[in-house]
Amino acid sequence: MHTVFCDVAVIGAGPAGLAAAIAAKQEGAANVLLIERDTAPGGILQQCIHPGFGLQLFREELTGPEYAGRFVKEAREAGVELLSDTMVLSIGEDHILTCANPEKGLVEIHPGAIVLAMGCRERTRANIRIPGERPAGVYTAGTAQRLINRQNAMVGRRVVILGSGDIGMIMARRMTLEGAKVEAVVELLPYLAGLTRNRVQCLDDFDIPLLLSHTVTAIEGKRRVEAVRIAQVDQQRRPIPETERTIPCDTLLLSVGLIPENELTRAAGIEMDSITNGPSVDQRMETSRPGIFACGNVVHVNDLVDNVTAESRTAGACAARYALGTLPRGQALGVAHGSGVRYVCPQRLDAAAGGKAALYFRVAAPGGKTVLTARCGETILARRTVPRVSPGEMCRLDIDTAHLTAPVTVEAQEVEA
Amino acid sequence: MSKSITCTRCPMGCALTVEEAGGILAVTGNGCPQGEEYGRSEYICPVRTLTTTVLVTGGAEPLLPVRTDRPIPKAMLFDCMELVRSMSVAAPVSAGQVLLENIAGTGANLIACADR
Repeated sequence: MHTVFCDVAVIGAGPAGLAAAIAAKQEGAANVLLIERDTAPGGILQQCIHPGFGLQLFREELTGPEYAGRFVKEAREAGVELLSDTMVLSIGEDHILTCANPEKGLVEIHPGAIVLAMGCRERTRANIRIPGERPAGVYTAGTAQRLINRQNAMVGRRVVILGSGDIGMIMARRMTLEGAKVEAVVELLPYLAGLTRNRVQCLDDFDIPLLLSHTVTAIEGKRRVEAVRIAQVDQQRRPIPETERTIPCDTLLLSVGLIPENELTRAAGIEMDSITNGPSVDQRMETSRPGIFACGNVVHVNDLVDNVTAESRTAGACAARYALGTLPRGQALGVAHGSGVRYVCPQRLDAAAGGKAALYFRVAAPGGKTVLTARCGETILARRTVPRVSPGEMCRLDIDTAHLTAPVTVEAQEVEA
Repeated sequence: MSKSITCTRCPMGCALTVEEAGGILAVTGNGCPQGEEYGRSEYICPVRTLTTTVLVTGGAEPLLPVRTDRPIPKAMLFDCMELVRSMSVAAPVSAGQVLLENIAGTGANLIACADR
């Protein structure tokens, strides 16, 4: 078997893996290996040809390929070694990775530390159990995006989109520009799932109707989609039969959520967070297995790649320090999601790390003017008032971890509707 | 006259109100100076950056992602799409390269977003 030794192995060459690998190199790791199952680095950004990336990090608006391109170039210049076309099959004892590569066959990698950056995949029709026929023409939004933007295959002409996540809205615009008619974007929840700016730029700009509190009740068509039936839902999200109507179309796109891709993580016995479906991590992005770090959408689904880059730099730098034997370890303190908060990442803090820690979290429900608080017992560590909140838009509080001795709780309290 | 506009300059999505009185525009609700600029521009002539793909021959992939190097009037989006759909480029192309100057008379250039 082909055997490779390195200081840090990063699994996945999307935005998370690229940033982690570069940071590991900059932190002093001599050999950094970036493992990617696709033929080229860049991950999902390669098909995200729309603008909106890099506003926070670069103060300019880039497309996905441009954002990825900057990191691919930086990784190459930093001396990160890319092993593409390679699938990691398992994480064994002593951090040994077993991989498959079409030319080399089985490859065994012996790294000093690992960064998990596998990203996420889309929920499918099977995950949400839409009744009806099983014709061609039902795609997840990201699959349609790949077909249209990378493979030059148009998926349909008359489209209904289920789910108001960002990818769904972005595909509504994309398909409209390519000459398709988007009949409606249908959202089960009473509020938008994605970013407001995407509703404005992708739906309102093209007069595409957004139907909140609606769902697809059936798919019609034998060989190809011929229509979908939609209905309004009640407060328990059950379809109201008398509101059901049929929309003729040839394509249904599903933008109904993302699932962090954690088969490797689970098989490695790493502790998971049941809300994020990702590994629980501390502020250094270290998982419950010492020396194994994680970052990006494999930890929790992000709405902005800028945030992914920021946390991935932390993961990569800390993985390098672990491999070099310079990462301190102290008492682990929990981070709890208090009232109004659905989850917080990181899920725990290492008291020995010191310095600032960014707490990323999502609120449980949309709201108006809201006070966001991170506290340790009665001591307020950080507090901020924001004009409005939405579960679709991640919140952040920065705390000083220098003198922490007890668990931290994050709360969101609406003060004005 | 007044108009409600959601600012799209950044993911904050501030709710702007643009008021017109005697030719002078007043923008309120913006969280930063960019919001004021956006509100004015959106009220007078909405502009968008067009992003799409063009066919590329002789490259590893069939398509090249492209964009306009500055925002163009929203009303021109479909005219520009027509033009882009009829063109193809030959590899090698590098990111940032100008593929079409002054697209549809908008003053914006069409540039490559990736190497091919």
